Amino acid sequence: MTNAAYVTTAPTTARAEPIPVSAILPWAAFGGLMLLLTVYFVGAEEGATSLIGGSFVHEFVHDGRHLLGFPCH
Amino acid sequence: MVGNLLLRGMMVGVLAGLLAFCFAKVFGEPYVDYAIAFEEHASHAAGAAGAPEKPEIVSRATQAGVGLFAGLAIYGAAVGGLFALAFAFANGRLGRMGPRSVAALIATLGFVAVVLVPQLKYPANPPAVGSADTIMARTELFFAMLTFSVVLMIAAVMLARRFAGRLGDWNAATAAGLVYLGVVAVMFAALPDIEEIPASFSPVALWNFRIASIGVQAVLWSSVGLLFGAVAEYAARTSDASRHPSGAAAFR
Repeated sequence: MTNAAYVTTAPTTARAEPIPVSAILPWAAFGGLMLLLTVYFVGAEEGATSLIGGSFVHEFVHDGRHLLGFPCH
Repeated sequence: MVGNLLLRGMMVGVLAGLLAFCFAKVFGEPYVDYAIAFEEHASHAAGAAGAPEKPEIVSRATQAGVGLFAGLAIYGAAVGGLFALAFAFANGRLGRMGPRSVAALIATLGFVAVVLVPQLKYPANPPAVGSADTIMARTELFFAMLTFSVVLMIAAVMLARRFAGRLGDWNAATAAGLVYLGVVAVMFAALPDIEEIPASFSPVALWNFRIASIGVQAVLWSSVGLLFGAVAEYAARTSDASRHPSGAAAFR
């Protein structure tokens, strides 16, 4: 009986087939860029550099930026 | 496949951001408030006749509430998405690890490379700590440290994979870890230190703020790792079951 339990849980620990790199790259390039831009907006916009001007983004995410460890002002 | 992972990662990241928000609210906000009070006190003392008060664009309540939540949720979504991309590369390529173990490993290495190492060199600062004149240099140095640490960590993982056949998994990972630490140590020594803490700023508040900051990130990264691992494990199990409907005999 312990054997049967072992068999049914075995597939979850088996090594997965790797996703081919060629299938990941387009997502990594586009998605990665978008996500890094997102990190930039939370972490740095309107601090040292500013893309959209003003200071609303900076002030709005102010506490999060400090507590995430980004240099704020 | 990758698109699905990305979506799941970002959703898990928003949830992790919510948990990080709860932690930040309880353990971080008191020191942000202290720092802002300190800042206002200092600027009143410095120039009673000086510069007029800056108009408040976003109220303190918004900053500490919706703003904090939005910042952490959006950052969480970005971390979750990048985490999913790392998972797409790593799953099935790191020895015999199952999806949950791969997710836990990425979360640990990611936390070290993205949070711990950059923050040991350039720790988080509350308001009032750090001169406005040096924001450019501080930002450049922080992001240089961050980028370098992440690139180096990726290189270390590739190095470990390359030598796993010759040295064995454990020894290869240990050696690659030592290489990472060694180069980070050189980087720590080479980059300038920044110390701009006002003399009368409470050291206890500064310490607690910095620990809270690492705590916020620890909550975020561990939540992403555990939640994403659970989701990926579930997805692998259901897709396995649908691929092999005939039962246990078909499992490899």
